[in-house]
Amino acid sequence: MALGLGCSAKPGKAKENRTGSWRTFRPEFLHEKCTKCGLCSLVCPEGCIAEDGEGQPVPDYDYCKGCGICAEECPGQAIEMKKEEK
Amino acid sequence: MMEFMEGSHAVAHSVKHCRPEVIAAYPITPQTHIVEALAEMVANCHLDAEYITVESEFSALSACLGASAAGSRVYSATTSQGLALMFEVCFNCAGMRMPVVMSIVNRALGAPLSIWNDQQDSISLRDSGWLQFYAEDNQEAADLHYLAYKVAEDRNVLLPAFVCFDGFILSHTYEPVDMLTQEQADSYLPRYTPVQRLDSTDPISFGLFASPDYYMEFRYQIDQAVKGAAKTIAMAGREFGEMFGRDYSNLVESYRLDDADCAIVAMGSICGTVKDAIDEMRKDGKKVGLLRLRSFRPFPNKEVRSALSGVNCVAVLDKNISLGTKGAVALEVRDALYGQQVPVLDYIIALGGRDVRKKDIRAVVDMAGQGKGDLFHGLRQELVS
Repeated sequence: MALGLGCSAKPGKAKENRTGSWRTFRPEFLHEKCTKCGLCSLVCPEGCIAEDGEGQPVPDYDYCKGCGICAEECPGQAIEMKKEEK
Repeated sequence: MMEFMEGSHAVAHSVKHCRPEVIAAYPITPQTHIVEALAEMVANCHLDAEYITVESEFSALSACLGASAAGSRVYSATTSQGLALMFEVCFNCAGMRMPVVMSIVNRALGAPLSIWNDQQDSISLRDSGWLQFYAEDNQEAADLHYLAYKVAEDRNVLLPAFVCFDGFILSHTYEPVDMLTQEQADSYLPRYTPVQRLDSTDPISFGLFASPDYYMEFRYQIDQAVKGAAKTIAMAGREFGEMFGRDYSNLVESYRLDDADCAIVAMGSICGTVKDAIDEMRKDGKKVGLLRLRSFRPFPNKEVRSALSGVNCVAVLDKNISLGTKGAVALEVRDALYGQQVPVLDYIIALGGRDVRKKDIRAVVDMAGQGKGDLFHGLRQELVS
């Protein structure tokens, strides 16, 4: 976000606000345990887990706030929340 | 042209000459005469403006904020409880950098309910990012509106501004006022051209969410703009003086200060009484002078320091009290003089319309000479003991 006068902005600027900086815990995806069920992508409240060509989850850490819902819901315990040092 | 006018009407005519495009206000004593007069001008087609009648002061300033964001020159006026109700919108106007100009007809804040004058209302918004000018008489109250628009709309400033003048003492008093003509006003204050504005064909939002990564920088920028406004005030005030003979380039006015032992610091209409008292004290051989603050925001730190460099004591008259500490003016004067040896004594006076006479000013100067201060002057002891 550029510092627009009066904190003003054109539409669509929210994308530039990288909310991933809010994160304390970072989801690590263990591909060898992943069954490609896609549940993590479905439950992510930010909609920031995509799938690659093989169906493996690809997180977008620019916007992932580290809420941990994906890790909680993953049936195969294939997502670990790791404390992130900044 | 010199006219004999009520203070409120002098201000209303000045505002008319500033050609506001949108006016939104809610009547409240002692401010009502201004917006009544403006409403009449609009109704009689003497002023081409949108006059929005609203149900509260909160709505009044909100309407002004929206209209300013849409690119209009806007005006409102209020006082006391009305200004208190505008608190939230005041901070938004400054944060969104909207050059709203508002007259504050200074009045005490309740409780207890009081319609009478002190300066607690505008002083209580000192942290809001609005520029604050204080007029001594009706001439200055009328003139400062031109200056306020000129400064507020300057691209290096872009901040809202209060023009403060004392309720009843000025607003309801008739004085001769030299009114600018419309042509003179137009030559000083051109039409407002906003830097950016709401436009449905090129959308923009103001005052957006700022996360902790950004908020401080915005506050820093507002602070820089308020401080930087001093330079613009000096330029706009000098230009006013060159065009109309009344120079407002200095943020302060010194009266008989050059050889003074004791300096009084004050703001607003009380300075007339102070000047008369000083003339009397001078006749008695007492070297007293006055430093009048015309601008409280930005606070004229440098000017205060230089004007008070030669005095032995400073007596600040505060028509307000930051409850639990001192008057706001004294706190800031003391801050401006930090590191210097001169004692700064505070006198809380005139709250809720309590009369101040020349003998009170003499009493304050005597007390200051004895090092006695930081007190309420004029208290009825029998009621508080």
